[in-house]
Amino acid sequence: MQETLFQYLLRLGDDSLILGQRLSEWCGHGPILEEDIALTNISLDLIGQATSILKYASEIENKGRDEDKLAFMRFENEYLNTLLVEQPNGHFGDTILRQFFFDAFRKPLYERLTQSKDKQLSAIAEKSLKETRYHLKHSSEWVIRLGDGTEESHDKIQKSVENLMRYTSELFYEDKVDLDLQQKGLVCSLKDVKQEWDKTVRAVFHEATLKFPDNNWSFDGGRQGRHSEHMGYILADMQYMQRAYPNMKW
Amino acid sequence: METYTMSNFNNEELEKRFQEKIDKEIKIEPNDWMPDAYRKNLIRQISQHAHSEVVGMLPEGNWITRAPNLRRKAVLLAKVQDEAGHGLYLYSACETLGADREQTIDDMHDGKAKYSSIFNYPAVTWADMGAIGWLVDGAAIMNQVALCRTSYGPYARAMVKICKEESFHQRQGFEILTTLCKGTEQQKAMAQDALNRFWWPSLMMFGPSDSDSPHSAQSIKWKIKRFTNDELRQQFVDAAAPQADILGLTIPDANLKWNEARQHYDFSEINWDEFWQVLEGNGPCNKERIAARKAAKENGQWVREAATTYAEKRALRKTA
Repeated sequence: MQETLFQYLLRLGDDSLILGQRLSEWCGHGPILEEDIALTNISLDLIGQATSILKYASEIENKGRDEDKLAFMRFENEYLNTLLVEQPNGHFGDTILRQFFFDAFRKPLYERLTQSKDKQLSAIAEKSLKETRYHLKHSSEWVIRLGDGTEESHDKIQKSVENLMRYTSELFYEDKVDLDLQQKGLVCSLKDVKQEWDKTVRAVFHEATLKFPDNNWSFDGGRQGRHSEHMGYILADMQYMQRAYPNMKW
Repeated sequence: METYTMSNFNNEELEKRFQEKIDKEIKIEPNDWMPDAYRKNLIRQISQHAHSEVVGMLPEGNWITRAPNLRRKAVLLAKVQDEAGHGLYLYSACETLGADREQTIDDMHDGKAKYSSIFNYPAVTWADMGAIGWLVDGAAIMNQVALCRTSYGPYARAMVKICKEESFHQRQGFEILTTLCKGTEQQKAMAQDALNRFWWPSLMMFGPSDSDSPHSAQSIKWKIKRFTNDELRQQFVDAAAPQADILGLTIPDANLKWNEARQHYDFSEINWDEFWQVLEGNGPCNKERIAARKAAKENGQWVREAATTYAEKRALRKTA
């Protein structure tokens, strides 16, 4: 097995899976019906991406764990998603900002992964990129609307910025997994991705009249399987059926 | 083409011409003259239908985060999203009659407008996702196929699209149950339990018996409805009984039996006390459903205001 590729795919797939799971909690509770549809649509895209990525991870691992086993039967510290995607939905502004930070990272990432020497990874990136472009357009527009909307909406989303910014540097976390695959030409450096993320966030914040927080202290841990308290509850829901009724077909 | 305006005719003449169009199967369109009662009746029925789609997202939405595998999660998400889409078309159809979407929603929140009572029953196991698809969407299709030919054009056209998606929903529900019934004893028991709980509420979806249905006769004359509640209920039972056999499940009605003379299934009387109680707001989840929808609207207030304010600012900047 190519251990580093497997790890990389789990990081990529788990980000999609956990954020898709989080967004699906909005179903039936959106601020307007159109946004209910939009959020569940994005959730659906992310679950679709997670399925393709984890399916490929399962082939690379080659130990008989299919995509569902990977999605539903790992323990908490075996999930490698960033802390950002597991943060609670909060209010609509918290959800939209979390989504914007993520989309602004995913778009340049997928753009570069389409150039991967790994044909499967590049095909997944190609398909996901189309979806992610829409996601970024949708989340950017809402960040601007809320930031430059009413005084109340501006204050609310400015607070979201202060809460969520500290989880963004982890999106660009790199270790030997990345460096190994970068040398083989399979994945891109996250330094360029970070530059583009900075550019997107600055432009949208400018239009939204939002300020960067003064304190730039940040957290990480998710990429090594160290999660927040929220993660256990996400898994308790997500894994409920597979844990309560093991080894059955659904 | 015949051109006439309201001022040329008295009401009696207009109503006569209106009924002639209906009898000739000519669709009524938004700008056509229509009796006030026809308009009111349609607004009531279409908005009630739209509310049902939106409230109906809740019992199934509740299982998305716990769906047992990735495929089921994706299919359920897509299904619930379709329902939100149906809600949107129907609110739009309602707006063509001059109704205000937000006002009709507030009417539901205040208990003045109804939604389908079935959604006041809890979805407590995964098998309920199967039973809801099979029975609840199945019952909805019986109603909706007939509505594709309803006399009001925008409603009929919305129903054509909705029906296509609903029949897919019904198949996915049946497929969930097929999988469970081919599974372990525990899974089959889960499927039977879901059928036990959803059977009678599904029959109640067709509304009161014809003798107690206040809007039926006029709706049939105006071809808003094509079949009576009892006719549709019978069609549903006739379709569902053999499907239960295929699944190997037992419908919870000792009197359910094929009647050779009638060429229909006989079945027991519905518990009408329960029907009226749930309709009046006393079902197991009425309060939760309304509270969830109200909370969504109230919690979203600042978001909608921000969007409006931003749009106004932008329009001003463009003209400046």
